[in-house]
Amino acid sequence: MASTLHAQPAQPPGGRGRGAITSPRNAYPDRAPADPAAIERGKALYGVNCQFCHGADTRGGDGGPSLLRSSTVLDDQNGELIAPIVRSGRPGMPKFTLGDDQIKDVAAFVHSFRAAGYDEARLRPPSIIVGDSKAGEAFFNARCASCHSTTGDLRGLASRIPDERLLQQTWLMPGSGGSRGGPPPVTLPPIMVTVTLPSGEMVAGKLDRLDDFTVSLITADGTHRSFRTNGNTPRVDVRDPLQPHRDLLGVYTDADIHNVTAFLVTLK
Amino acid sequence: MLDPALLMKPPVDAWPTYHGDYSGRRYSTLKQINAGNVKNLTLAWVYRLNTSRSGAMLGGEGPETPPAVGPPSIKSTPLLLNGMLYFSAPDHVWAVDARTGREIWHFAWKTRGGDHIGNRGVGIYGNWLYFLTPDNYFVSLDLATGKERWHHEIANMKREYFSTNAPIIIGRHVIIGVGGDALDIPGYLESRDPENGDLVWRWNTTPRPGEPEAATWPNEYAMSNGGGMPWLPGTYDPELNLYYLGTGNPNPVLTGRSREGDNLYTCSIVALNPDTGKMAWYFQATPHDTHDWDAAQTPVLIDGVYDGRPRKLLAQANRNGHFILLDRTNGQHLVTTRMIDSLNWTKAINAKGQPVRNPEKDANVPGTLVSPDTSGATNWPPPSFSPDTGLFYVATRQSFSVMYLTDTDERPQGWAAAERNVGNVGSALKAIDYRTGKVRWSHPLATGPAGSVGGAMGLLSTAGGLLFGNDGGGNFVAYEPATGRPLWHAGLGANTSNGPQTYLLDGRQYIVVGAGDTLFAFALQQ
Repeated sequence: MASTLHAQPAQPPGGRGRGAITSPRNAYPDRAPADPAAIERGKALYGVNCQFCHGADTRGGDGGPSLLRSSTVLDDQNGELIAPIVRSGRPGMPKFTLGDDQIKDVAAFVHSFRAAGYDEARLRPPSIIVGDSKAGEAFFNARCASCHSTTGDLRGLASRIPDERLLQQTWLMPGSGGSRGGPPPVTLPPIMVTVTLPSGEMVAGKLDRLDDFTVSLITADGTHRSFRTNGNTPRVDVRDPLQPHRDLLGVYTDADIHNVTAFLVTLK
Repeated sequence: MLDPALLMKPPVDAWPTYHGDYSGRRYSTLKQINAGNVKNLTLAWVYRLNTSRSGAMLGGEGPETPPAVGPPSIKSTPLLLNGMLYFSAPDHVWAVDARTGREIWHFAWKTRGGDHIGNRGVGIYGNWLYFLTPDNYFVSLDLATGKERWHHEIANMKREYFSTNAPIIIGRHVIIGVGGDALDIPGYLESRDPENGDLVWRWNTTPRPGEPEAATWPNEYAMSNGGGMPWLPGTYDPELNLYYLGTGNPNPVLTGRSREGDNLYTCSIVALNPDTGKMAWYFQATPHDTHDWDAAQTPVLIDGVYDGRPRKLLAQANRNGHFILLDRTNGQHLVTTRMIDSLNWTKAINAKGQPVRNPEKDANVPGTLVSPDTSGATNWPPPSFSPDTGLFYVATRQSFSVMYLTDTDERPQGWAAAERNVGNVGSALKAIDYRTGKVRWSHPLATGPAGSVGGAMGLLSTAGGLLFGNDGGGNFVAYEPATGRPLWHAGLGANTSNGPQTYLLDGRQYIVVGAGDTLFAFALQQ
């Protein structure tokens, strides 16, 4: 639903969307971590009494609902809201005879799960590498090799970018991603612009901004220059070295992408 | 004091509701500022957001120290009444003199937390003002002083609800909706009593067991936790007495596992009776959404001609990349067209006018390349329709993301997948012929160091032959509505962040727009 509108910051590898964990705009208070010994005791009690219906990870199962998104559990602090339900039961749920301290321990275990989405700490997804590296090599030779070389600029690429998703993101669009909010793993080749003034003077540099009214750029010595534009005066020529990457976004099949990634991960 | 008659036919010296009037057209009859003299448009005043608690009227139940949530941005469209502008950002409301930009009062809410992504604005009834907070309070203030009257909690923050909506007042109903989809939670829209804030009715965004549409969910559990947040204000036709709004995406967000079926009434345009909260009809724009493409974008009410006869129409530029035209008396589908070329997630448009999703473009473990990205081809900023040109104006992006399934559990939760953005192949301002859905003109937005920038933006069209928006590059621009040619611009240091508005006071027409933390007013050089 709600969202950012422009280039999105890189999300952590676990990827919870909406930046729910990392966003500076987010102010959901965290629970204080519980005593690890209490969590361990609670895990044992949970495994015996609760897991059959609510699942090992509290997400629920065939017999009982998810505890992670239960209002009672979310509002509970130390078992005080959970205790009456455990002791009295509910339609479809039996009573359990547990002491106050035992319920506190179970609560500590249940609260140790992150409520929202995928909890990377407890579940690692399988590798994203599913493609055919031979087919990927053939695609690479046909579509990429005019600019790139596996023994030149891409030598050791997979060692430089060990995160498979980041590798796939980076070859699709260099400079588009960074891990855990860090900088992208490769330097983005800049969009270049040349402005030809009515006098014939030419000013070239890295594009800063081109709109309907102004063009601005940074020359080789680091100077920022800007020029008002009026129609085709001065003349503005833009060269985007990533244009082939942009053009290919509408061309790739997902199989092409997976094959190329399967090939590139071999470039250790 | 707001006379309710103002809401039916707003005069030019008031902007009494989020869209200015109930239609959502964002079209003004004012023409003092026009295509011939817009080159003389100049700054009248600026107001920079004051978020200090010292000197503010205070409310709220949170700690004395505000959370570190970053600087607020003006996403609300100010309401104008009796020469005063009333607007909001998360945890804050301001009253500012519409002639001078001087702050009259400031109300600060001591928050308990919640997602501070934005606040769309305030509502006014009589002498009272209403707004929602990130920690899910429905708050009423005294319009004259900014002093709190009362507050009610409307949703549980611990379930990661947060509230961004601008209240819409229809008769004695203050209509508000909740937001949030990090957890799998139910969505609902409420009518509250303007005097005491009590609940009048609640409309759930998913069916209850036994209703025919419940068959679009695999089980009650998925249905009752299925999301569909009504997080933006809607529009209203007083003759039909129907309130139109778009609902949010289903939960889990980026995977359909555990919620097989169309998942009504998520991602839908719905028509409700505002007196009862009963639904008259619905049209689902994205059946079984798997890409966060809610249908919350403004349902714009057009009284136009279709198939040679006058019709009551409803048009929406949907986040999923399609333009949709309906008959708003009954929800009959008329037109669906693609707004952007990069769109790659559909197989077809079915006989009901719904895009048919290609399941291969659902998030998977090795990743699938999808356009648009989860932010959509467009988003919440209000579009505009000009009856003078017959064109519907909206700004779009053509972004691509790789969507990775990260939660491979049989019962995935929350977002369940990760998105990696891999570029935008071109943002543009577009004019769409509402009768055919065809793009009449498309004007590219600015280019930055990494390519095309900008996208969804608030728009305003006027009888003066002007279309106000931004260029993606930090300029506020008056475009020629027939062609998209820029006629005037001013660099504001940031892209405009709300819907522009206009009003006439003491014979002088103002154009007011927010850009980040600053509200700007423009008028003709005198």
